[in-house]
Amino acid sequence: MSERLIYLDNNSTTPTDPRVVEAMLPYFYDVPGNAASRNHPFGWKAEEAVDYAREQVAKLIDVEAKEVIFTSGATESDNLALKGVFEMYQRKGNHIITLKTEHKAVLDSCQKIEKMGGQVTYLDVNNDGLVDLEKLEAAITDKTILVSVMWANNETGVIQPMKEIGEICARKGVLLMSDATQAVGKIEVHPKEVGVHIMAFSSHKMYGPKGIGALYVSRKNPRVKLTAQMDGGGHERGMRSGTLNVPGIVGFGKAAEIARLEMKSDAERLSALRDKLETGLLNNLEESVVNGNINHRMPHVTNISFKHVEGEGLMMTFNQNIAVSSGSACTSASLEPSYVLVALGLGDDLAHSSIRFSLGRFTTDDEIDYAIDAVTKGVNHMRDLSPIWEMYKEGIDLNSVIWQEH
Amino acid sequence: MAYSEKVIEHFKNPKNVGTLDKSKTNVGTGLVGAPECGDVMRLQIEVDDNTGTIVDAKFKTFGCGSAIASSSLATEWLKGKSIDQALAIDNMAIVEELALPPVKIHCSVLAEDAIKSAIEDYRKKNGITVDA
Repeated sequence: MSERLIYLDNNSTTPTDPRVVEAMLPYFYDVPGNAASRNHPFGWKAEEAVDYAREQVAKLIDVEAKEVIFTSGATESDNLALKGVFEMYQRKGNHIITLKTEHKAVLDSCQKIEKMGGQVTYLDVNNDGLVDLEKLEAAITDKTILVSVMWANNETGVIQPMKEIGEICARKGVLLMSDATQAVGKIEVHPKEVGVHIMAFSSHKMYGPKGIGALYVSRKNPRVKLTAQMDGGGHERGMRSGTLNVPGIVGFGKAAEIARLEMKSDAERLSALRDKLETGLLNNLEESVVNGNINHRMPHVTNISFKHVEGEGLMMTFNQNIAVSSGSACTSASLEPSYVLVALGLGDDLAHSSIRFSLGRFTTDDEIDYAIDAVTKGVNHMRDLSPIWEMYKEGIDLNSVIWQEH
Repeated sequence: MAYSEKVIEHFKNPKNVGTLDKSKTNVGTGLVGAPECGDVMRLQIEVDDNTGTIVDAKFKTFGCGSAIASSSLATEWLKGKSIDQALAIDNMAIVEELALPPVKIHCSVLAEDAIKSAIEDYRKKNGITVDA
């Protein structure tokens, strides 16, 4: 059993689908060309492959191929979208609205924009992780140029009401961007349909290779323009210079095609497995709570706090066999727990006690059985070691204890 | 980040997990840290009144692997020591023994604090005052 490795950390990255790898292989040696070489067959073939992949990616999210800009990944796409909009639309206004639960690629880009003279509103979310639509609307001013809301959260899997947000932005005449990294390829994501004008996503979260991502940029109603953040040969409609990563793009395209065809069956299977895992753990372990709205949630994710147990220590009981993530972030230099969970109103103690399970295409029923058993044992073991579990069991009100913080 | 073998060994087979009878006068209890910080350590010592030697030590810890290993090691070191010897245990000795990385040094500090806090409790219970 000690040899067994179970991967329940698919929100961090997904394994590359073997069908994707197969599609990529010819583009390393047999078709080595630069897609920008216009004057010989090597370049033509590479360009053809890129065009085809762009179609595959566009089809997945139901947009025009020309509206897909290839980047190195979602972090770059987020940077390009936010800074690119800020620089391009400065004359219209300098205000951007986003959420406290966004990914760091968005939050840190916003901080940079503040240093560049921008104003950013970081909205609180409700305790279930959802944006408060009234607060969002109220935050929009005549200086607002962009609202940025992630489609689905990486830690909790909570899905934001993009259609309603899109309606507000359309009514107010501001651009809407979404970091849809965790959603694309796993649930239906159609930016045009809901009024999202700019959207960042990545290949390696949907069983494609790492190092390749995309930014959807609307070309019509409205035609969005971005100031390039990478200067050079003017690739990707001038928005992102740099020789195209042809094998990566081909893999991304293949991954998008597979996702489009298999998304529905994957989601159905994974939500059943996720529910089994969640129910199993909640039944076995008292004082455990699911974080985030369970009715507006990605099908493959559950985030659970096991009270009075510290997440990193808990992971150590089973991490020889099972890979998950914790909001404890005890390994980070700051020792701060997950800001996403704290934004949901969880106390720092519950954030430290959280574990994120994210299932994927290759997760099996048998693995879920094993995980339920191993995590249950781990939590029980850690509770036997936990002084605060003992105090809780003795009926001591933990909030009344004067702790010696260090 | 990979843990050192010694941390893993203490984590898998922690020594001296448990609870001593707080009501006994020869038992000192230290409770340090806070749930919000992700670490709480409770360390207890039982002292032989005649010899002044620590005859037993127990702990329970809410925390990461390094925090659990630090408290497990601390209880091992405490047994058989006099109070003065116990007070001389330095957090850096724990860091060295467990090969803790810099981000985990606070776990050893917490263990040292827990030892000192348990001794203070024992002294208070027994009316022992010491010049600072």
